[in-house]
Formats: sequence, C-alpha cells, structure tokens
Amino acid sequence: MNRRLILLAPFAAVLVAGVGFLAMLEREQEGKFDPRGVPSMLIGKPVPDFTLPGDPGFAASDLRGRPILVNFFASWCEPCIEEAPALMQIKASGVVIYGIAYKDKPDATAAFLARHGNPFARVAHDAPGRVAIDWGVTGVPETYLIDPQGIVRWRYVGPLGPAAISAELTPLLRRYA
Amino acid sequence: MIPELGHFALALAVALGLAQAILPLWGAYRRDARLMEAAPALAVGQFVAMAISFGALAWSAVVSDFSVLNIAENSNSMEPLIYKITGTWGNHEGSILFWCLILTVCGAAVAAFGGNLPSSLRARVIGVLGAAGVGFQLFALLESDPFVRLSPAPLDGRDMNPLLQDPGLAMHPPILYTGYVGFAVPFAFAVAALLEGRIDAAWGRWVRPWTLAAWCFLTGGIALGSWWAYYELGWGGFWFWDPVENASLLPWLTGTALLHSALVVEKREALKVWTVLLAIGTFSLSLSGTFLVRSGILNSVHAFANDPARGVFILALLGLVIGGSLLLFALRAPALAATGIFAPVSREGALVLNNILLCSIAAVVLTGTTYPLFADLLLGEKLSVGAPFFNATVFPLAIPLFAAMSFGPMLAWKRAALAPALMKLWWAALVAAAVGLLAAGVLRAALLPALALAASAWLILGAFADIAARIALFRLPLPASLRRLTGLSRSSFGTTLAHAGLSITIAGIAAMSLAQSAIVLVHPGEVAHVGGYDWQLVDLHDRAGPNYAARVATIRISRAGHPVTVLAPERRSFPVQQINTTEAKISTNLLRDLYAVLGEERDGGAVLRLHVNPLAPWIWLGALVMACGGLISLADRRLRVGAPSRRRAGSAVPA
Amino acid sequence: MIRLALALALFLAAAPAFAISDPNEALPDPRQEARAVAIGQQLRCLVCQNESIEDSGADLARDLRHIVRQQVAAGKSDREVIAWLVARYGNFVRLRPPFELSTVLLWASPALAVAIGGGAALVAWRNRPAPPPPLTTAERDRLRRLLDT
Repeated sequence: MNRRLILLAPFAAVLVAGVGFLAMLEREQEGKFDPRGVPSMLIGKPVPDFTLPGDPGFAASDLRGRPILVNFFASWCEPCIEEAPALMQIKASGVVIYGIAYKDKPDATAAFLARHGNPFARVAHDAPGRVAIDWGVTGVPETYLIDPQGIVRWRYVGPLGPAAISAELTPLLRRYA
Repeated sequence: MIPELGHFALALAVALGLAQAILPLWGAYRRDARLMEAAPALAVGQFVAMAISFGALAWSAVVSDFSVLNIAENSNSMEPLIYKITGTWGNHEGSILFWCLILTVCGAAVAAFGGNLPSSLRARVIGVLGAAGVGFQLFALLESDPFVRLSPAPLDGRDMNPLLQDPGLAMHPPILYTGYVGFAVPFAFAVAALLEGRIDAAWGRWVRPWTLAAWCFLTGGIALGSWWAYYELGWGGFWFWDPVENASLLPWLTGTALLHSALVVEKREALKVWTVLLAIGTFSLSLSGTFLVRSGILNSVHAFANDPARGVFILALLGLVIGGSLLLFALRAPALAATGIFAPVSREGALVLNNILLCSIAAVVLTGTTYPLFADLLLGEKLSVGAPFFNATVFPLAIPLFAAMSFGPMLAWKRAALAPALMKLWWAALVAAAVGLLAAGVLRAALLPALALAASAWLILGAFADIAARIALFRLPLPASLRRLTGLSRSSFGTTLAHAGLSITIAGIAAMSLAQSAIVLVHPGEVAHVGGYDWQLVDLHDRAGPNYAARVATIRISRAGHPVTVLAPERRSFPVQQINTTEAKISTNLLRDLYAVLGEERDGGAVLRLHVNPLAPWIWLGALVMACGGLISLADRRLRVGAPSRRRAGSAVPA
Repeated sequence: MIRLALALALFLAAAPAFAISDPNEALPDPRQEARAVAIGQQLRCLVCQNESIEDSGADLARDLRHIVRQQVAAGKSDREVIAWLVARYGNFVRLRPPFELSTVLLWASPALAVAIGGGAALVAWRNRPAPPPPLTTAERDRLRRLLDT
C-alpha cells in the first residue's frame, strides 16, 4: 500500500467520525436522535395480554375495534400535569383514550383526575407496575396508539404536546381510523 | 466592575493569543528572529490575562456576587469558603475558563523552561499553543461567557450540588485538567516538528518531560476521581466504564504509549512518525474527552448545559484542531525519514509491543464508548455497551501487556536475546504462577482475578528483578551492589516505581472481586455478621451540619470479640438544593477496607450496606506510586535537559 | 471534571439512586442469589446512566431485580431470564451486547486493533531502512579529497 495513503488514514478516520457527530448533533436538534431513548419492542405487535382492575378497569381484549390511545400516567408525576391539557384536547377531538395509573393509589389518581381533568374513557390501576414492564414502559407519562386490530402502532415517551400531536399522532390516527 | 474586568481580560487574552499564534509561526517561516523572539513574551502575556480573567470569576464567587449569573446558579453565601473557590471550576462556564487558563500556563511554562530549545522550534511550539488557546478562549467568550450579569440579582445563590462539596472532588478537576491540557505541549511539539520537517533525538528528549508531567497529573486526576466515586457514591464501586470515565482513560492509555515511544525516539531515533501521531492523537482524545462530553452527544444527561449551538461550535473547533493537525501530519510526515534500525527482539521491539497493546485497548474503549451512538445513527439499533463488555475485552489485551512489561526493561536496545531475560525472571514467573494458583485454589478467585493477581506479582517482582540485575545483586559483593544502586539514574528508578505502582493497582482491582458485602436490616443493639466481622449497630441519632442535617448510625465493629473500629455513616439532607446524599464511612488498614453505608430506616431499625473490600486502597495507592515514579523520572530529566543538553542541543540542532 | 459530570448525571437522572436496596430482596439460596446478581449486573438500569440494575436505587431497577430473582427461583436459565427482558426493552437492556451482525465490529474490535497494529508494525519492519552499505573505494577517495580541500 502507498505510504502516503496510510499516513492519510488517521485524517480520514477523524473526518468520518466528525461527519458522524455532526449528523448526530443535527438529528438531536430535530429530535430524531436520542442515544438514551429506550426503544419500544411492541411496535407492529399485538398488545401484551393483561387484565387490570379499576373503575371499571380493562383488559388487552378491550383494546379493539377502533384506534385507542393508552396513556400510562401517575398522580405523582409532574410532566403528567403538563400533559393533561393535550390529552383533554385529543379527547375533545373524539379519540378514545384509556389510562393506566402506574404505581399509584386509587384515591390519589381520582384526586389527580378531578383536579387536572379526566381525558380517559377508562382508567385501570397497575399498582405493582408489572403490566407497565410488559409494555416496556420506563417512566410516566408514556402513550401508545393501538389500531383496531389490537396492534401497537406508535409510542411516545414523555408529555405529549401540540407538536407531537400534529406531526405524529394525527396522521397515524387518520391511517388507522 | 470586577466581572467586567474579567470579561475584558478574557478578550485581551484572545487578542494576545491571536498575536501569539500568528507572529511566531510567521517569524519561524520567514526565519525572522525578532518575530520569533516575541513568542515567550506573548505567551506570558496571555497567561497573565487569563489569570486575571479567572481570578475575577473566583473573586466574584468568594464575595458571593450573585449579580453574576454563573455565581448565582452555582454558589451560595452559606457555603464554606473552599467550596466557593472550588465551585468556580465546578460548572460548565467556569470549567471552560479554567481549561483555557491551564493551556496558557502550558504556554508560559514552555516560554519559561524552553530556553534551551532552538528558537524556531520554541517559536513554533508557542505559536501552536497560542492557536489552540485562541479557539477555546473564543468559545468561552462567545458561547459560554461566565461573566453574564443577572438583573435583578437574587438574594442568594442556588448552591453547588452537595455531592461535589467534598475536598477530594474539589481538587479533582484542577489535577485532571492539568493532565488533559498538559498533553497540549507534546501536541504542539509534534505539530512544530511537522512544520519544521525534522525530528531527532533531541526532540524526543524535549518532549518526554512534558509528556511525563501531563501523564503524572492525568494519573493522579483519574485516581482521585475513582477514589471519590468509591467513598462518595456509596455503593463500593470505583470504576463504572462510564463514557465520562472512558473519556479520561483514553488519553491516559495513549499518553502512556507516547511516554514509551518518545523514549525510543530519544534513544534510538526510531518510531518518529508514530510518536508524532501519538502526540497528536493523545491531545485529540483529551480534547474530545473534555468537549464532546459537553456537546450533548456522548450522553445528554452528562452535558453541563445541553445546548446544540454550543455542540456545533465545539465540534467545529475540534475539527479544526484535530483535523488540521492530522492533515498536516498526512502531508508532512513522509518527510520524517526513519533512521533507527532494530531487531524485533529488543528493547525497541518490546516498546512497540507495549504501544500496540496500549493503543489496542484504547481503540476497544473508544469503540465501545461510541458504538451505541454510531449503531443508532447508521443502523437504527439501540444498544448499550457497559462494564461486562469492557471487562471481557480489555482484560485479555491487558494480560499480555503485563506479561511483556517485566521483560521489556530487561532487553537490550537494538538487538537482544530472550533467553538471558528469561533467566533473570524465571523465579518471578514461578512466584507469579504460585500466587495465581493460590488465589484460584484457596481464595476461590475467578479466572480473570486470579490471572490479574499473578500478573501483579509478576510485575512487581519483574520491577525489582530489573533493579537487581542492574546493580548485579548477589553477583557482586553487597557493598558494590549498593554503590551501583546509588549510582542508578533516577529515570530507571522512576520506571521501576511506575511499573510497581501499576502492579499495586492491579492487585487492588483484582482483590475487589473477592470483596464481601451484605445488605442487612438491624435494630440498635443488634449485630450483623459480614465478611468475618461483627458489625453492631449501637445507635441512630441526628446531627446538624453547616448547610445540611444528618442522620448518623454508630456501628461498632469487632472481630472474634476484639474491637476493631467504630464507623458512623450518615445520610445527609441539604435543604437549599433539596437533595439527600449518603456518606459512606470507611476504615482501612491498607490491607482491607471496612465500608458502611446507612440506608433507609424501618420499624426502628436501619438498613445498612456493609462491605469488606480486601486490598481496596491499593487501587489508588498504586496510582500514587505510578505518579511518584513519573515525578522521580521527571527530576532526572530536569538534570539532563538542563546545562549539559544545552551544549548538545546547540551542536545537534542546526539553527 | 469527569466526576463532576458523573455526579451531576446521577443526580439528574435518578435522585433516589442512593437509596439502599432492601435486605428482603435477596434470595434465600446464596447460589441462586449469586446467579441473580450475575444476571442483574448485565442488565442496564433503563432510567439511569450506564448503571446495572444491581447498582441502581431507581424504582424500575428494583422491580427488574425482583423479576430476575423470581425467574431465577422459578428455575429459568440465565439465557431465558435475559431473553424475557430483551423481549420488553430490546438489546438496549443488555450492558453486554449480543454477538450479532450489528455488533460484529464491536466484538471484533480487540482482534482488529491488534491485527492493524501488528500489521502496521510488520509493514514498517519490512520497509525498514537498510543499514548504510560500507563505502566503496571510489567514495572513500572522494571523501578524502573533500576533507582535504
């Protein structure tokens, strides 16, 4: 091999790495790159089987027949308060949202929904947090879109806001309606 | 007024730095002696300006001037004075300023101690340091200005993270930074050599002390950080293969390689191109370590301030410094003709092996640290690379490195034979094998720790076998050997000590795998039995600290009925920051640590985490010995780089 | 500084990370507990920075520790326990990535690094400058003439 080419190799390697890092920075700014984000293993798969108590509570088999949003939340979670208006707005647009209260006491959940509005058609309680683990939830709030066949189509980590709703959720809702 | 003065001094430093970057380099190019002569004065001037700038920030912290945003966010009037001062480098803006200050210290040091350098080389080295400095000072000035005012000024500041209010950690950043930034000097020497188009033994002799000094600081800084994690984070771990830790390990690995390859340049005028590349690479890794961590890419949470604009600025700066120097390397390195010839089995050959293995470890650590990022970017795969990966890949590379380490110093330069070295070391190999078997058989150590313990014995015996061979111990009468001992150069003592230090660290790390720990719930008066000791919880009480409230558990430890010590681990709560911390308490006798952490309390009892960590202090003790070895070598260097070499330098290097 | 950032990270990511685990968590059988610890140390605490679930005080990490112990006690193999978690959180949960097509370069990195280093050394050794040949008679004469003038 040409000696000059070998001596150029470190520069080339650094150049490639630099371009890579630049791409990461740009995508991070656009919100497309998050090295810490836990991937969802459920996308394109049926909802994991579960039955949770509540008032009236619900089971995996209830998540069929129409697109349903499932929102994991908790009364002790501050971003959930931030998210409340967005969920109320989604409910107002006619989309059904089921809530799963993660590691929460029923009284506290009820008080939380009374104070910040109740966007949920049904609320179930996952006090031990085991169903959340089956869904691959790592924190609250987390939101999943289930299509009419009971297949998970989309997941959103963190509080939903107008940007995510218009850019991601609305087109998906239209497709799976 | 004072903050504005600091701001102005920073701007002045940029201006001086620009002059420092342009005039001497231009002067060296045009062979204009007057322009080259300007270099030392400019370097000192830049240092003074940066010192004023940093001094102004520190002053604002000391007098608690909360009209300065940076002080308001990171300091508090109730804080002890020492933490007000150390807090200045404990946040993003202040640490960048401090970083710039150290870089100008390097420039001023080259100006002060570089009197024996040929004037064109000195001008170029100082010029390169100036150019690097300007970039980062501009970053401080434009993107992370520490002197931004806040109006209206708050009544009190938000205080520093209580975890950082610790004497060990207070001194950690300055030492680590000096290590990181110190590699700027070998870097500048390398770039200057590429500009000059020549490297000779004298170059190796000049670069080594600077490399050695930076290496000592980096060794100390990493050890201090690891020690802090051990006693402050409270779960008994000391190294987590965290990206931020890896960022400091990388320049240490390549810096260690550089230390050894510069030796070959100095003694044998071989490995020149490689040494230049290592010098550039080591500083590049230092830069990437300090700055990529902040850009928000490496891991968002670690970033001091996750601001993508800053990230792009940093990346551009890194690209300029690293890319520029590597491009120069690609263009000019072919001119650096290799001259020294050596056989594969020789001191040089051993040092080449050392370099290959050290750099391979660095490459693995670098790959592991950045792989998840690139896998995500290019393949869309979400991966984690953590301790199990690094343990599985780094140790297999480290074991042959350790094996070779004892041989290397035994081999002659240029051409050597393995058999005589083997003859000098057979007993060390025997003892090492015995230690390994003993560890595996009696202590039930796993394969890797047993191998590591054997390696540790092998290294320390090898280090002493080297000294013994040099002074012809047992072959000459004892007084003659002792005379030889006092006549040995400090640098060979330094080598021995540094190798022995590594052996001590390895033993400590390996023995950590034999640590015993338990989590117990005990009530006052009850005794827990962990690791052969009886831990009695005597009482639980409250204590008020200067800016925190503490809950203290008194634990009396005894062994076979004999009292050993009393430990009082604490849980602290800091009202200003609303943070709770645990204060682990450690009792050591240098052969083992007794380590106690207080957890939550339940039904009148307390949850305690109790550890018995054999040889744990050796981990940091070894690092200290390594750094001392470096310093002793450095003392030797000063003697030799001083008066005699000035004569040699004058004749060896054409003007 | 690294530590500073690390500390900051720990404090940002999981304020209760300094909580101590519950002594009741451990399995009564020390052999099973040791296995559970060994498995747990290979699993990432998903809400922390680069900590295993064994090291973390976070809530989710505690739940996962509990699940690992339940499954170990139920007689599942190490592989099965890890597969259970990977089914939920993907390979992201493994601190030791599996050997797959996407990780070939990662796992090959030690061998590659040594091969490249050794290869470069070999190339350099093959291309080593030849020792200068002894001067010919003509050269020696010329040298003498040069020195004389």
